[in-house]
Amino acid sequence: MRASWRDTLLSYAFLAPAIILLGLFTFYPLAYGTFLGFTQYDGARFAQGLGPKWVGLDNFRALIADPLFLTSLWNSVRYLLVVPLLQLASLAVAVLVNRELPAMPFFRAAYYVPVITTITATAVMWDWIYNKEGTLNWVLSGLHLLPQGAAFGWLNNEQTAFWAVMLVTFWRGFGYYMVLYLAGLQSIPAELEEAARLDGASSWQRFWRITVPMMRPTILLCSLLSTIAALRVLEEPLVLTQGGPLNSTYTALMYVYSKAFQGFNFDYGLASAAGLVVAVVALLLSLANFRLFRDSTGEQA
Amino acid sequence: MSAVTRPRVLPQVHTRRAVPRRAGRLVLRYALLLLVLGFAVFPFLWTLAIALTDKHAGGSIYDFPASLFPRRVTLGNFVEVYNTFSLGKYIWNSVSITAMTVVGTLVISALAAYPLARFRFPGRQVIFGIIVATLVLPGETTFIVNTLTLKHLGLLGTHLGVVLPTVAGAFGIFLMRQAFMAVPHALLEAARLDGAGEFTVLTRIMLPLTRPSQAALGIFTLVTSWNAYFWPMLVLSATPDQMPLSVAVLKLKGQFNYDPFNIAAGALFMMIPVLLVFLAAQRLFMRGLEGAVK
Repeated sequence: MRASWRDTLLSYAFLAPAIILLGLFTFYPLAYGTFLGFTQYDGARFAQGLGPKWVGLDNFRALIADPLFLTSLWNSVRYLLVVPLLQLASLAVAVLVNRELPAMPFFRAAYYVPVITTITATAVMWDWIYNKEGTLNWVLSGLHLLPQGAAFGWLNNEQTAFWAVMLVTFWRGFGYYMVLYLAGLQSIPAELEEAARLDGASSWQRFWRITVPMMRPTILLCSLLSTIAALRVLEEPLVLTQGGPLNSTYTALMYVYSKAFQGFNFDYGLASAAGLVVAVVALLLSLANFRLFRDSTGEQA
Repeated sequence: MSAVTRPRVLPQVHTRRAVPRRAGRLVLRYALLLLVLGFAVFPFLWTLAIALTDKHAGGSIYDFPASLFPRRVTLGNFVEVYNTFSLGKYIWNSVSITAMTVVGTLVISALAAYPLARFRFPGRQVIFGIIVATLVLPGETTFIVNTLTLKHLGLLGTHLGVVLPTVAGAFGIFLMRQAFMAVPHALLEAARLDGAGEFTVLTRIMLPLTRPSQAALGIFTLVTSWNAYFWPMLVLSATPDQMPLSVAVLKLKGQFNYDPFNIAAGALFMMIPVLLVFLAAQRLFMRGLEGAVK
């Protein structure tokens, strides 16, 4: 079938708004942002009405020399620890709710509620839990895991703030991945499970021999999404700790944001360069994820 | 791998011992479910309890677990925070931004999805590829350049500035494309033979037949847009009067640092609309999410 002129014209007319918006707000900023990373473009130049000036790798040299950037990058990489925990937990929860038993729809919906809670309300609620007089200390001292009078603010302590923020990410995320895993679980043909059951496979065997191999695409998708989300974490530390205490929760995207928009000498060039570094790390991690996943499961399934 | 080497056992469904074992497993399953439930919803319940507590009745929010059960229940905190912080303004801003985002996303996604689902034209693969690419392209610097662009367009500090960069997304276009491809071809042919133009076909046949997908996309967009924090905060940082509730609630936290009752009420103003929408449309919402994965 050949495309007619009329169809082509019509198609582009329909597509025009999407193409224009994607071009203007997705592709142009990608290209221009990459360019800015190699330029000097800051408050001083703005004040004189000057545009960006090409400086080659200067920004990247400045980044390597900036301990705050290195800390922020390290924190973002360290934040990846949440990925395996989050994936195991949400897969386990998905298995738990993947049965047509009473009240299951209720549990599924309730677990999703943290996902649709705005970060600001989340910050308000978790602030109280992590407070010196908050519930976390109450529970821990109740269980005698925390000695009497040793209560402290979890978000104000440089040893714990990082993990406390990560727990909030975990809390906000597990319902989301649970739904994705649930979709994957429900697409596994029931006959397969049934046949294995008749062959005498235990539920543990069925899980590892049937469920996991059948879920491979979903697991790959979820771990990919969650790896990239963890590396790009920004909102949780921004609203919970503002990067503190002592920069212990300062992440790479917070660095990008604060260089570009905070303080008086906002520096678009340096911020763009930092953004590029994060982007490259994200790409490498995605590739690694694909590789790792293919190697560990092989093609035998 | 010990599970594999263990001797095979026959299914025990009919033996007498199996019944209590199954019951035990069921109890265990529900116990775990309740544990996870506590983890997921405890922060909400506590916030709700605090927001409903009459702060003049004595007691602190940290008298845990007593603070879970307010001595005297009141809606006064809601009224107070609404009035003293003029929350009405922020709620209106949220409604304005969210409504524009939902309508914009639905219109642009439907328009773009129609030719992608139904026509063959040169460049189709390329355009589809470009849209797919937005899902994987790392956009760490886009928010910097986008604020510059909005400034040039004179849209920085406006609701339209918040909305425009978000309405053309791969998620919506995909979802609508899938829905359109499921509409029977014969129906379109019949309409065209009757002399209907493409725009008529889209609005009179395609759209009415794909209501569930539009509803799912609409609800999904509504929730995301209502809850968005970072981007609206950035675009509207110089115009605090235009801020949506999601950004204003945090300012509330700074302002009423020692009045957790009002903060809790403010947080609930933020959450309740989305919660109601979610509960009412939960199935559609979940299906929308699953549909986006496949």
